[in-house]
Amino acid sequence: MPKRTDIKSILVIGAGPIVIGQACEFDYSGVQACKALKDEGYRVILINSNPATIMTDPGLVDATYIEPITPDMVARIIEKERPDAILPTMGGQTALNTAMSLHRDGRLEKLKVELIGANAEAIDKAEDRLLFRDAMTKIGLECPKSEVVHNREEAARALANIGLPAIIRPSFTLGGTGGGIAYNRDEYFDIVQGGVDASPVGEVLVEESVLGWKEYEMEVVRDRRDNCIIICSIENIDPMGVHTGDSVTVAPALTLTDKEYQIMRDASIACLREIGVDTGGSNVQFAIDPVSGRMVVIEMNPRVSRSSALASKATGFPIAKVAARLAVGYTLDELLNDITGTTPASFEPTIDYVVTKMPRFAFEKFPGAEALLTTSMKSVGEAMSIGRTFQESLQKALRSMETGLTGLNEMEIKGAPDKAAIVGALARPTPDRILVIAQAFRHGLTVEEVAQASKYEPWFLRQIRELVEVEAVVRANGLPKDAKGLLDLKKKGFSDDRLAELSGQKAAEVADLRRSLGVRPVFKRIDTCAAEFESHTPYLYSCYEGDGLHPAECEAQPTDRRKVIILGGGPNRIGQGIEFDYCCVHAVYALREAGYETIMVNCNPETVSTDYDTADRLYFEPLTAEDVIELVEVERRNGELLGLIVQFGGQTPLKLAKPLEAVGIPILGTSPDAIDLAEDRDRFQKLIHELKLRQPDNGTATSQEQAVAVAERIGYPVVIRPSYVLGGRAMQIVYDRAGLERYTRDAVKVSGDTPVLIDSYLRDAIEVDVDALADKDQNVFVAGIMEHIEEAGIHSGDSACSLPPHSLPSKILTQIERQTEAMAKALKVVGLMNVQYAVKDGEVYVLEVNPRASRTVPFVAKATGQPIAKYAARLMVGESLKSLAIKKVRGKHVAVKEAVFPFARFPGVDIILGPEMRSTGEVMGLDTNFGRAFAKSQLGAGSKVPLEGLVFVSVKDPDKAAMVKPVKRLIDLGFTVVATGGTADFLRKHGIAAERVNKVLEGRPHIVDLMKDGKIQLVFNTVDGATALTDSFTLRRTALMHKIAYYTTVAGAKASVEGIAALHAGPLDVAPLQSYFKTAF
Amino acid sequence: MTSPKTAGATDAAPRWATAALVLADGAVFWGKGVGAARHAVGEVCFNTSMTGYQEIITDPSYAGQIITFTFPHIGNVGTNLEDIESLNPAARGVVLRGDITEPANWRAAKPLNDWLKSHNLPGVCGVDTRAITRRIRDGGAPSGVVVHAPDGKFDIPKLRKIAQDWPGLDGMDLAIEVTTKQLYSWDETKWALGKGYGKLTKPKYHVVAVDYGAKRNILRCLANAGCKVTVVPATATGEDILRHKPDGVFLSNGPGDPAATVGYTVPAIQAVLDKKVPLFGICLGHQILALTLGGKTRKMERGHRGANQPVKDLTTGRVEITSQNHGFCVVPESLPKNVEVTHVSLFDGTNEGIRCTDKSAFSVQYHPEASPGPTDSHYLFDRFVEMIDKSKGK
Repeated sequence: MPKRTDIKSILVIGAGPIVIGQACEFDYSGVQACKALKDEGYRVILINSNPATIMTDPGLVDATYIEPITPDMVARIIEKERPDAILPTMGGQTALNTAMSLHRDGRLEKLKVELIGANAEAIDKAEDRLLFRDAMTKIGLECPKSEVVHNREEAARALANIGLPAIIRPSFTLGGTGGGIAYNRDEYFDIVQGGVDASPVGEVLVEESVLGWKEYEMEVVRDRRDNCIIICSIENIDPMGVHTGDSVTVAPALTLTDKEYQIMRDASIACLREIGVDTGGSNVQFAIDPVSGRMVVIEMNPRVSRSSALASKATGFPIAKVAARLAVGYTLDELLNDITGTTPASFEPTIDYVVTKMPRFAFEKFPGAEALLTTSMKSVGEAMSIGRTFQESLQKALRSMETGLTGLNEMEIKGAPDKAAIVGALARPTPDRILVIAQAFRHGLTVEEVAQASKYEPWFLRQIRELVEVEAVVRANGLPKDAKGLLDLKKKGFSDDRLAELSGQKAAEVADLRRSLGVRPVFKRIDTCAAEFESHTPYLYSCYEGDGLHPAECEAQPTDRRKVIILGGGPNRIGQGIEFDYCCVHAVYALREAGYETIMVNCNPETVSTDYDTADRLYFEPLTAEDVIELVEVERRNGELLGLIVQFGGQTPLKLAKPLEAVGIPILGTSPDAIDLAEDRDRFQKLIHELKLRQPDNGTATSQEQAVAVAERIGYPVVIRPSYVLGGRAMQIVYDRAGLERYTRDAVKVSGDTPVLIDSYLRDAIEVDVDALADKDQNVFVAGIMEHIEEAGIHSGDSACSLPPHSLPSKILTQIERQTEAMAKALKVVGLMNVQYAVKDGEVYVLEVNPRASRTVPFVAKATGQPIAKYAARLMVGESLKSLAIKKVRGKHVAVKEAVFPFARFPGVDIILGPEMRSTGEVMGLDTNFGRAFAKSQLGAGSKVPLEGLVFVSVKDPDKAAMVKPVKRLIDLGFTVVATGGTADFLRKHGIAAERVNKVLEGRPHIVDLMKDGKIQLVFNTVDGATALTDSFTLRRTALMHKIAYYTTVAGAKASVEGIAALHAGPLDVAPLQSYFKTAF
Repeated sequence: MTSPKTAGATDAAPRWATAALVLADGAVFWGKGVGAARHAVGEVCFNTSMTGYQEIITDPSYAGQIITFTFPHIGNVGTNLEDIESLNPAARGVVLRGDITEPANWRAAKPLNDWLKSHNLPGVCGVDTRAITRRIRDGGAPSGVVVHAPDGKFDIPKLRKIAQDWPGLDGMDLAIEVTTKQLYSWDETKWALGKGYGKLTKPKYHVVAVDYGAKRNILRCLANAGCKVTVVPATATGEDILRHKPDGVFLSNGPGDPAATVGYTVPAIQAVLDKKVPLFGICLGHQILALTLGGKTRKMERGHRGANQPVKDLTTGRVEITSQNHGFCVVPESLPKNVEVTHVSLFDGTNEGIRCTDKSAFSVQYHPEASPGPTDSHYLFDRFVEMIDKSKGK
């Protein structure tokens, strides 16, 4: 069937900010969908509040709305743009929920806009637990026993029927937020209550436990002729009970016979048909009892998902692109398989390798949260790896994580070698359980014992045990001296680093030995068809092959072109996420446009950078020196390699700069030495002195004693952090010597190899972020100056900011520009540079300089209409600012960036902001003035901006005076005020009618009671010191869980009042990005 | 790209090798031995299925062939007594990438390695099966010898000679080798989880199936559709078939060159068509029907072997994902006017199905019985029964 001609324009809803459970896989899907729809000639309109996405690049679609993804905003866009259809299946749960909300309140019908991809009925059936279960029963598929529960009474009834342990799943929440597993009655009622609260419809499903069963997932694509194909089967190594996003998974499924596989295939297709997903991609999850083979359906998603992104990368089949085309009427046989270029999309990919996905966690950032995995997703990113066998694939995945692993590294099991302790550890679903398993084998446990405790499928356990056994041989005998012996080790996926650890040699020695024996990897293509057809798409992975006698077959076929290799950022983590992938993708785009061959290296399956048609060539490889050097050498066999770009992917590729340079691989742009200079405290300090700039007093310490001495010299409070980290890992503000000692004892081991940096903490200073460009002739262009909303001391990634600055005088801005230029010149920056300043009492202090792409690059690009990452890439290959004809654009708008936090997923964690970054994503609010832009940023970040109601104020003493003005303004706007004792007294003294309310410890009813009763609409709460923090912890958690707007800094509170005032002045309007700038970028 | 030719051009066995794949063109791929310690000659083909190796190895259509599995992990779910398509595997040997592991499935009864031994099948593992597959893709399926020598002693020139002297499948009648020697009846139905195979209790029709190397799941699918089946040897004459007064006749899949069978198959099938008995054919049966109707078949440069093959039903416009295993195909241009092409391969446009416009007869090149592979096309067995209904005026 040809495409539909009755629709002309389509609105695509994006997924908004990166949060746990909804990350850049939706940018990847969305970009594919938007491109596909544009190619088909439709007018495409997009809404997404996330500026760090490629999909919001203004050149991609016809009208790009960087606006909060709320039903009201979407309705406004529909009114303005009058699209014929909405595609709600590309933006995760956010898009689906928003579209459903507009459907339910009748606005879609009123505005005559149709849902394509999945209709409302199908979405309801798939998402509503009860409807889903009924649908499955109807087609003869079993679901775990379950009951829908809305209150305690129903919960008790369900418990009697289902028994314990029971799984609690809230309806309509992302990645299972608010759900859990209950093992006893108390826990059961607690989790049910939490889940009912978390669910937007106040509903949970209580489900029979299938804990420990094997978990599988099928990715299905269906067209409107009812052609159904399975793209990929995925098997979870972690058994049921661990969210699939938190599980180590493999593709394809490895432990099913064909008969069982076909039953699952038939069931998945039947599921899509019954639910009524007419076109597009869906996934269906199953659990299988390992003893009887009994199969139950767990759930399905009627949209593209994290696993469909994984399946696309794992097989080379672009699910989102195909799904978008199917949504406008094509059938699968009318679409071509891009990879082969000759066969149609209506087939099932078959693969001849094993894919492993491994999640990455950030528990260390959330003290108070237990590092245990449940049915609610906790991971912040993932790496994917490809090997010819499971072992090769698994070991590549481990080193792709960039958590310091070189393979199945040894770890300490508390209480080992006591067997009971080991068994206890195996039974706990911790993030590092695969290492625990390897360690258990080292302690001599049998496969049966490990399987019994962990419920892992013995097949995987035997594979791990074999690796541990091989390690023991290497440890005992050293490395084999012959090519075949070493080749066999490499075929099992051992890295040179790991072999070095095992044999007591240096990694370089292992590499030398390996090379001298001619043991080198070859590259195979991901071709969707296991080599049945020729592939013209250079989508490559490394493996070790052959017999050691003859060169193995390599399919890399490097071209004779001039080429640039761009190293990506690896798995997402807090502090290094989509923003860096955006920069890498822009480097690719810019250099492709300039005629270079672009070669991307990355191991993150969620990203746009690892789409096989982003760069000319794609290596899906771990970002380690060994893996990168090997592929660089292959690329150098033909054509001319200009060099590598390591400055765009965050800390990951940056760390490789030195080892790569050491083996003579050219690094483009700013030299690794200059990067090092900026990171090296002493060298940098010298530079600052030479340039006559100011820094907060600081020092470096390589021992605890030294740390104390430095702090005493500077004077408390100080900011302390380890050297060479991104995202403020382990960064803290320390107020006294006791705090400092606690830090060096508990948080960070200080040594000569791992020094700590200590800075004087500038209280109440305004922090400023600057992104600048410089060329080889040391011309500098200051691209964007951002004023942080929150004061210095809050990590820049967690702080909201405004571009242009909303309060800094122009004199200061000029000074900042001048200082930025001076540093760029001194560091001989070629490409991007980011500087952080603190402004206090009219003085500008340099906090840090990073001569590389920063987290704010996409925000600056979108706010100023300048593709600065693209410019930077061109500068790095030798062009000049002049030749690029960059001009300063001064818009009349204000852009505000706001951070988004995963606190709700980590019970027991305080939401107070600090110098350690904890946000997972960001949104942009764009409007004509600061207040409105700020309000949009808050709405986009998921906060409710109240227009009236009761505001609760409780602030520390130094903040009290500053609160008077904003609170007065709120009263003018119609708010009433309650406050805790001290704050209430203070406000009353200043003429504000504040009613006193009890603190939690002062007896009931207290503030939390009011909040839980829905009486409070806005919370201003600042605290100082550990005791106060504990006191008010509950109230902040309550605000979070009850979705009450809250601000934990004075600056934030002030900005929110401006936002509220702006909303009072008139309803928010929407405008496409294209309307802000004359030229496309 | 390194030339695959050089990939194994030495005759001296490395110390560690206990098996090899020796190709007629000179290439040698060294690896570790699995299965029986012997050698076997055949056409080296590849199969891209990720599941169902036991069904594949026991598919009689693989007679005369050495199967290269593109998926690296083969043997991971072991073997059992249920997942077989014939009692004695007709394939000559296997070529694998990974080692055979211990089985990991609740139904597993025996590790694959032991099972291969018990069926006297040799194999080699640890070789780059992707490189071999690419070689077959680009140069056609070569003759080769798979050898398993636990003592590490190989007479490569001799094995190569064996490969070179092997006549190949073109013009070879293998159906005659794998067909049943005697007539038997069949009433086992399809497998179900937790129940195993069932039994047909109230047959609606009686079908005679001509066995050119039939997969058991075809017979099961017929039984599931309500047909009691009498299986007759490939050489059964028209009279032998019609003597059973069948309500329908089924022509099975099988190995080898269809053209080599015309001496005995065509007259028999012609007799069935003359009597207007409804007829359904699969794979070799499809080719034999086409030959009987006056069409031609040819050897394909590269066959279809996998469980992901898209076929378009031209009558409905729908796409089925099918299981396939064939190295010969029907030439559509050679078909007479009263034969309609009903299915085509979306991979290469080759013929996948035909229907007589003036008789109750149809056939498909692919394997609707699956096993292994998707069950999308199971409905064809019902269509056959509907055809019988119609012939009886129901």
